[in-house]
Amino acid sequence: MDEQSARGAINDALAEELDRDESVYLIGQDIGKPGGSFGITRGLHEEFGGDRVVDTPISEAAIVGSSAGAGLTGSRPVAEIMYADFMGLAADQVMNQAGLFKYMFGGDVSVPMTIRTVNGGSGFNAAAQHSKSLHGLFMHMPGVRVVLATTPYDSKGLLKSAIRSDDPVLFFEHMELYNREGEVPDSSYTLPLGEAAIEREGDDVTVIATQKLVYDALDVAASLEGEISVEVVNPRTVKPLDVETLAESARKTGRVVVADESVIQNGPGAYIAKRIESEAFYHLEAPIEVVGVDDTPIPFSPPLADAVVPDGDDIETAIRSLPRL
Amino acid sequence: MPDVGAAQSDRLVEQLREMILIREFESRVGTLFENNELPGFVHLSIGQEAVATGACSAIEADDYITSTHRGHGHSIAKGLDPDRMMAELFGKANGYCGGKSGSMHIADVDSGMLGANGIVGAGPALAAGAGLSISRSGADRVCLSFFGDGAMAEGPVHESMNLAGVRDLPVVFICENNQYGEMTPAEDQHHVDGFEARGDVYDMPAETVDGMSVQDVYDATSTAVERARNGGGPSLIVCETYRYRGHYEGDPTTYRTDDEVDEWQERDPIDTLETSLVDAGLLEESAIEAMHAEASERIDEAVAFARTSDLPDAETAFLDVYTEEL
Repeated sequence: MDEQSARGAINDALAEELDRDESVYLIGQDIGKPGGSFGITRGLHEEFGGDRVVDTPISEAAIVGSSAGAGLTGSRPVAEIMYADFMGLAADQVMNQAGLFKYMFGGDVSVPMTIRTVNGGSGFNAAAQHSKSLHGLFMHMPGVRVVLATTPYDSKGLLKSAIRSDDPVLFFEHMELYNREGEVPDSSYTLPLGEAAIEREGDDVTVIATQKLVYDALDVAASLEGEISVEVVNPRTVKPLDVETLAESARKTGRVVVADESVIQNGPGAYIAKRIESEAFYHLEAPIEVVGVDDTPIPFSPPLADAVVPDGDDIETAIRSLPRL
Repeated sequence: MPDVGAAQSDRLVEQLREMILIREFESRVGTLFENNELPGFVHLSIGQEAVATGACSAIEADDYITSTHRGHGHSIAKGLDPDRMMAELFGKANGYCGGKSGSMHIADVDSGMLGANGIVGAGPALAAGAGLSISRSGADRVCLSFFGDGAMAEGPVHESMNLAGVRDLPVVFICENNQYGEMTPAEDQHHVDGFEARGDVYDMPAETVDGMSVQDVYDATSTAVERARNGGGPSLIVCETYRYRGHYEGDPTTYRTDDEVDEWQERDPIDTLETSLVDAGLLEESAIEAMHAEASERIDEAVAFARTSDLPDAETAFLDVYTEEL
């Protein structure tokens, strides 16, 4: 195993799938010679050519809508939408087109397509139109699978499975994780969609964390060692959601914090808490705490953004707020 | 009608037969809806048959089309079976989509029919995707994308025309200008006159044709399809036509006059073709009567098939959301 960045792992996943399957192509704005605005597709245009790495005008609806049409007609497109925020321009293509075709057309078709896009954060101070975490929006759409890329290992294995999936997949990367390095096997591998990972074992409290907050939770768990024993679980995909692994951890520790960068109201954290409550109610020692973004856009100025976007401090506060801990 | 060759006259006769079948299907659907036999909404394309038939007769069985929510004519013209279409309108299990789609979303991807669509202007993006599939596989196919005048105001239509142009995709954009976007006249919805100019904007060949003439639609589509197959990229065809019925069945159509409807009906695509074929000595009156009788019988069969078909089991409502249940 070598250390690799998430950026490199995602690039490798794309290259391997382009190489493996002729029906796969990439499509998006600036993904060709420029290599994508986050540099994810660097070198792929040179290696695979303009028919496999398709540069487009700035037109999110056409990128995603055409991918739905291409998926219906024998292709396996991987679309890149620069920021999750811009999925607003293409949401109709998912909620009224790609996500419905299998169902509406009577079941005998599939729409194999992946949309890679970027969640997140306060770290880039990109403000309200370039910082949202919108996986919850797509969890709400039947017919769509939703993946949250975190570690380089996850990102590669899950992206390869997403591309091979016969359903539309929303694949959310996180802008603050692209440069993080982690171990990635030398040989080709995939990870199943729907399997959570126990990132760290613990006995007193379970922190179910997503994307960047996985790393924050691991830092908190390390700092609390000897005082509070924290188990960190990463769902990795939120649709399908590995309820059993999450509930098993909750049954073991009896206390749960869900930490996710979505807006809290009506969001993924609330849903995850509800599913755990259903599965592990009699094992819970305390109400489940949800950490996320309040009903607020993501502001620009660093102190404002830091106040809104959750981090390790918010996770620690939530842990300490749990009764009898 | 000018002198026509045997091949052309045979084609016109077949086109007439198909247009009569479409008209009969839709007229019957209107009656069934009025009699409360059909759930949901129904949008009829009566009056627009020459566009569906003229365009689809210019392509092959393995080509693709995308449609609108006024898609019965396109579906029949693409070769879909009236039995299974009617069953779908009745919400029956053996309808094309197992009763999950109804009139507004009938699809049969195996037949190259990528769906009627309830979202105005959705089809062109799907067509661009079909074009990408075709161009990447090196196939000789094309995709026709039908959309209405109302869709010309929708952003994704323009994104898709631009993308298709940039990539030289084998797509023929066919704007059916039936004069109304829902209940508002086209001229009140667009700030420029005529839709042909939109082709110029995207530097694609564009022409406006008489959408009441199956020959004109066929000719224009054939030219555009040939260009697309030869790598010449997308085209725009604007078909001037008219929707005899309201936006939806039950629409009181207070926004237009009877005189206006009468004026267009004088140019009815079926009547005028019948007259010209008879005048040219290519078809007997009796043969035309036989076509109408044949269409009526065919639709009787479709209605009987639909009425006697089973409703879907309620459990199927939860199936086929994903390729593997989550």
